[in-house]
Amino acid sequence: MREATISQGRLETKIRFAGVGKTFATRGGSFMAVEDMNLDIAAGTFFVIVGPSGCGKTTLLRMAAGLESPTHGTITIARDRRDRPGNAMVFQGDSIFPWMTVFDNAAYGLRMRNVPKRDVDDIVGHYLERTGLTRFANAYPHQLSGGMKQRVSIARAFATDPDVLLMDEPFSALDEQNKTLLQEELLRIWEETKKTVLFITHSVDEAVTLGDEIMVMTAHPGRSKAIIDVPFSRPRNVLELRATPAYGELVYDIWGQLRDEVLQAKAAEAAAAR
Amino acid sequence: MTTQTRETAGLVSAAPIVITGSATRAKRLSSGTSDRLMGVIAPLGIFVLWELLADTHVIDTRFFPAPSSIAATFVKLLRTGDLETNTAVSLMRLFWGFVLGAVPALVLGLTMGLYRPIRVLIEPLVLGTYPIPKSAILPLILLIFGLGEPSKIVMVAIGVFYPVVINTMSGVLQIPAIYLDVGHNFGASRWAMFRTIALPGALPFIMTGVKLGAGMGLILIAIAEMIGAQSGLGYMIWNAWTILSVNTMYVGLITIALIGFILTFGLNELERVLIPFRER
Repeated sequence: MREATISQGRLETKIRFAGVGKTFATRGGSFMAVEDMNLDIAAGTFFVIVGPSGCGKTTLLRMAAGLESPTHGTITIARDRRDRPGNAMVFQGDSIFPWMTVFDNAAYGLRMRNVPKRDVDDIVGHYLERTGLTRFANAYPHQLSGGMKQRVSIARAFATDPDVLLMDEPFSALDEQNKTLLQEELLRIWEETKKTVLFITHSVDEAVTLGDEIMVMTAHPGRSKAIIDVPFSRPRNVLELRATPAYGELVYDIWGQLRDEVLQAKAAEAAAAR
Repeated sequence: MTTQTRETAGLVSAAPIVITGSATRAKRLSSGTSDRLMGVIAPLGIFVLWELLADTHVIDTRFFPAPSSIAATFVKLLRTGDLETNTAVSLMRLFWGFVLGAVPALVLGLTMGLYRPIRVLIEPLVLGTYPIPKSAILPLILLIFGLGEPSKIVMVAIGVFYPVVINTMSGVLQIPAIYLDVGHNFGASRWAMFRTIALPGALPFIMTGVKLGAGMGLILIAIAEMIGAQSGLGYMIWNAWTILSVNTMYVGLITIALIGFILTFGLNELERVLIPFRER
């Protein structure tokens, strides 16, 4: 009990969204993607955001990555050490360079930071091994399957040892079997480092499988609708977890929260099409 | 060929699946091999026919001298050293023109592709001057650079510049935005964005531009040498016309064709080495 209190006391905020909003200028006026987002993510949390498509969750992540700047508010990422990056992103879809080998792709972030060659070899070697890519170190991406490419992307992000890992629907393009395998692998690698993760998905199953906390976002404009704690212990076995009734109930609950938003997003889409 | 037909017929009668026959034939002579064979046979056939028609005087040998007599002139020009000298001079001009045209085009193309303001500024200039036939600029170039080496080199450079700059820019523009995001996210410097993303990402397009540029350079060097030069293959061909040495003219043409062929072959090989990541 006492220990718990102490560790509670140590919980520092790793990522803070304070009054964050994002408005895009479009031909038909302005489009508000994210509105008044206030969110504190504690260090070491696997935080998942679910929301209907077009709810601005990717925009939120891109702002955290520094690829977009917020129109309102601020995003703060607490930095532990200056010699490593604040964040690294695992992108949705094909993001590894077709012109580099698997090894060079995984080493990209380290090389951009001028990490000495010996360290690059060690670190990349480790993550290629953890992702089962060692045999493919000298292969080019066009020789790899979609799942393998996403493993390279994960290795690339982990290799830089960032303060925060940002993941933008990294498994959405994969088939069901590959998705489950990669979720298991991601959890295994994550257990080693317990990095703060901000993970975006449209799959409630994926959110419950991976996350410590889940935020449900509203349909356009994106706002926080609810934040749900995931009570399951770690390390998790994905298949066993999915067989438990508690898992099903939580998925059902979150779906209940999300359902209205998805329907609303669909209706808005239909209206826009008309 | 007859055995094959018999074999095929046998297979058909044994089991009435005609596909077996065609599959066997495909294995005997793959389409690639037969294509290559045709590529050798066709020109050889034309030479033989040409030789026959010339020897029997069916065609006018004043305009179409027999290949054997052209070959003799070829050897004669090699002995005197005329052919080597003129070829070397043309190749040097081609080389320097190529360097002078391709290198700035590459740098400018990459910059235009990566930076929108620079593209907006320069693209109309490039696209506006591109349609001017390069040969039409020759008098102006002669006026500016004189009759010496520079005018020839500049002509080649202009010819190489356009295809390389336009293809390089398009090459950078077709790089999916996600790769640039990756570069930014992993802290790539401006120079690293050039070196690790823009250049390799645009490389397939750049190589296409370089090949087109090489062809254009070859055309322009011949033209430039015909008008304002005292040496080179273009001069050799033009001079042959003025002294009515038709054989020499053909030797010049064949030499230029050979250079073009070797250039294309070399650039294709270079492409294979530089772009190992392309799906084949």
